Amino acid sequence: MPRGLWIAALAVALVSAGGLHTRAQDDTEREVERYRQMLKEDPWSNPGLLEADRGEALWKEKRGPKDASLEACDLGNGPGKVEGAFAQLPRFFADADKVMDLESRLVWCMEKLQGFEHAQIVKRPYSKANQAGSELEALATYVANKSNGRRFAPQLGHPKEREALAIGEALFFRRQGPMDFACATCHGDSGKRIRLQGLPYLSKPEEAREAVGQWPAYRVSQGTVMTMQHRITDCFWQMRLPLIDYGSDVAVALTMYLVNQAKGGEIGAPQIKR
Amino acid sequence: MRIGAFFTTAGAAVALGAACCAASLAHAQDRAPAVEAAIKGSWTRTTPEWRERLVQDETQKLCTLYRNAPPGDVANAIRAREKGTIQYPSDGQLMGDWKRGEKLAQSGYGWRFTDYPPRQDNGGNCYACHQLDKKELSFGTLGPSLLQYGKARNHAKDEVKAVYDRIYNPHAALPCANMPRFGASRFLSLEQIKDLVAYVMSPDSPVNK
Repeated sequence: MPRGLWIAALAVALVSAGGLHTRAQDDTEREVERYRQMLKEDPWSNPGLLEADRGEALWKEKRGPKDASLEACDLGNGPGKVEGAFAQLPRFFADADKVMDLESRLVWCMEKLQGFEHAQIVKRPYSKANQAGSELEALATYVANKSNGRRFAPQLGHPKEREALAIGEALFFRRQGPMDFACATCHGDSGKRIRLQGLPYLSKPEEAREAVGQWPAYRVSQGTVMTMQHRITDCFWQMRLPLIDYGSDVAVALTMYLVNQAKGGEIGAPQIKR
Repeated sequence: MRIGAFFTTAGAAVALGAACCAASLAHAQDRAPAVEAAIKGSWTRTTPEWRERLVQDETQKLCTLYRNAPPGDVANAIRAREKGTIQYPSDGQLMGDWKRGEKLAQSGYGWRFTDYPPRQDNGGNCYACHQLDKKELSFGTLGPSLLQYGKARNHAKDEVKAVYDRIYNPHAALPCANMPRFGASRFLSLEQIKDLVAYVMSPDSPVNK
């Protein structure tokens, strides 16, 4: 079946599943799994790669008040070195004097190299269903995809990296808000689910490796890519907490914790998710 | 002030002789100011009213500190404090309408930042975590199955009250429970809690069929 038709058929299957019956949900999961298998056989049919391509074009295009590309952006291994950079993020950046994840680093480079206003960059970081990805989503997908097949190698050489990990771990277990939820409330045990949605036990390396290595992910039900910052923002939304700033220290610290749990896990971005 | 209060509480807890992990408790306390600073800097675009949600109350602080396994004396203090929050209907009637309860058990609406201004009543979202009616196959497993919960307890009066208390404030029975304090937080009204009690406990409810 041609790729477009296949995605359309899967989208119909997802809509009709509606989440109300186990069998429909199982069917959906099976279809997504079949889709993943097909992508393994033919990786170029992954629709998330369209975003990676768009991100690559954005990376190389001269833009912003300074009319500069992002090719001089240092993602940790030196200016312009994209290959493998994502596997070592978040990490400490001396020029910013702080620990940054991929997304907060992209914002930093867009500000410093291209001269964009911070407020403007982070205004709409997440695309809505069935829209093209935001610039940040496309750029993040491009950079993450350039670490595809590599393994998470978290950086803990700098004291601020170790501090970020400690803060991230504390945040993961911190109970707050009107529902008293912590991240660990839903992600602190194996085999649990909300309704029929399975929940990874993120403090268990085997499960963290599988879960964390999938982001940024292409959401078939949304027709768009979703980044780790977006994933964390949605968790906080469900926890009844306020909308978190894009690229915030809390999201970076949590990502540091997750990546450390997922240490050694293979990166498969962008993976296909329901 | 808040951080100061945290230290006092945590210090008292350690002094009271938490059997385990005094070292890791000390680490958690060292870390607390950095955690609070990160939180303060990460929600700058929201209102002070919303930021209040990030401030922990005493029970949240203790359950965080002990990772939901508080030592005996701390558990007793939590139990006593949270029990004191439970309010009862003036007529003493703890069972409402199970049909309304069923709707509440299905709904996860309320208090998310996209839920304002409110377009419907808040829901209890029981099915997110519990199995209840055997016909509803889309149930979560974070909490225990409540299939035939009332029937298994002969719909007894004291069991009815226990369920009411459990929904209103689960920490009164189980300090550092995962379940939200639906009544104490005012997320659900007394009437709504009664409807949920009926859904779990009534002989007519499909949960007990």
